[in-house]
Amino acid sequence: MTTPEDSRYAKSHEYVHMEGDIGTIGITDYAQKELGDVVFVELPQVGAQLELGDELGSIESVKAVSELFSPVTGEVIEVNEALADKPELVNTDPYGDGWMVRIRLAARDEVDELMSAEEYEDYTKHESGS
Amino acid sequence: MSDADSNQPLKKTPLNALERELGGRMVDFGGWELPVQYSSILDEHRAVRERAGIFDVSHMGEITVTGPEALQLLQQTTCNDVSKLENGRCQYNGLLYPTGGFVDDILIYKRADNDYFVVVNASNTDKDYEWLADCAKSSDVDVENVSQSYAQLAIQGPRAEELLQPLTDIDLRSMKYYRFATGSVHGIPALVSRTGYTGEDGFEIYLSPEESPRVYRRVLEAGRPFEILSCGLGARDTLRLEAKMALYGNDIDHSTTPVEADLGWIVKMEKGDFFGRDVLQREVADGPRRKLVGFEMIDRGIGRHGYPVVEGGEEVGVVTSGTQSPTLKKAIGLAYLPLAAAAVGREFEVVIRGKETRARVVPTPFYKRAK
Repeated sequence: MTTPEDSRYAKSHEYVHMEGDIGTIGITDYAQKELGDVVFVELPQVGAQLELGDELGSIESVKAVSELFSPVTGEVIEVNEALADKPELVNTDPYGDGWMVRIRLAARDEVDELMSAEEYEDYTKHESGS
Repeated sequence: MSDADSNQPLKKTPLNALERELGGRMVDFGGWELPVQYSSILDEHRAVRERAGIFDVSHMGEITVTGPEALQLLQQTTCNDVSKLENGRCQYNGLLYPTGGFVDDILIYKRADNDYFVVVNASNTDKDYEWLADCAKSSDVDVENVSQSYAQLAIQGPRAEELLQPLTDIDLRSMKYYRFATGSVHGIPALVSRTGYTGEDGFEIYLSPEESPRVYRRVLEAGRPFEILSCGLGARDTLRLEAKMALYGNDIDHSTTPVEADLGWIVKMEKGDFFGRDVLQREVADGPRRKLVGFEMIDRGIGRHGYPVVEGGEEVGVVTSGTQSPTLKKAIGLAYLPLAAAAVGREFEVVIRGKETRARVVPTPFYKRAK
């Protein structure tokens, strides 16, 4: 799967896809492959206020658990309820139906600090090559 | 799963190149580079429960114990009764320290009188060999680490016999559980046993490292009609845990005894003296301090290795293994609990990332195949 050009990427492997001041956040294809089969996802409550770098939730896969960090500051306005019954969407469609939360950004320019698709692909090449 | 000495280069099995070619996701497992998964742990797990899977377990160690006093050595150093083992049969056993703690959990194959083939955990191979060789010093017995001479393949699943039979001159149909025979597989000399670490029917094949990739490929080909999958360590772990088979380093180690580990069935007091016998006898009589139990999570979460167990806010035990059971679709695990708190139905909390999460003691094994 290619990394979507229209999103921005964090070093902790979350993506942010912006529409207006709303960012849709999930984990990248690279991250879901590293995790393996996702068995459940713990997400914040709608209304939660998050600072950049706050723990956004956790993802349990068969083999391990990993934390999800918020790549931006803002308010959680929606969480993907479908993941409660179908956590495997994170594996099968990470950039689509496997999204996790929508956040109304407090500071849009935070997104500019994140990596572009190209930069992220470079970054993962170095990570997996080590 | 990766706490090996980082200065050492990873050891590779003779199937390493093939595993990479097949898309195995390689990880460091106790100093060995092995595939944790190929496609998906869940898919590989399901393949073994429903059809067939093939595992490279060449990292396992093999030690031969031969000579006039071979039986005495094994009787002295283990808790199960090796004198009851007949030629052509295997026995699960505990190699123990005089403290009653595990040096390792092992499988002993009796090839002939005075001729035993001992299969040990990869990361314990050198330790086990040195321990046995040391105990054998003044005896008329020869202990040899022959791990380099063997690759090991595990073909597991309900269709294992059907797919493997055409490749071997050994009569698999008449081979009962925990028996073995020697013959050839795909024309290669091999020892084949009806054993495994998945809770499913299946076979383990010991053969020459050089020939092992050819045999692996042939098994994959023969397994195609059964939709056989190459399986990694991830599925091996979920499969063995559902069957409540102990993992050395997780559920048992030098500080735990077979009685504590709920492996009392491999402790045979009547066989005479052996290392740890007095300790185990006391535990059997008075009850062990703690016991390994199976649990399932009531609240959402997975209790994993090393997570503390609390009861009424007090730390009383520890989780040794835990995963999401692909078959049961529940979070399951094993934990050491005080004997008084180990009864089936008893509730306790596992501390999962700072949060007390409810769990319940359940009967084990979690999964038992239909006979």
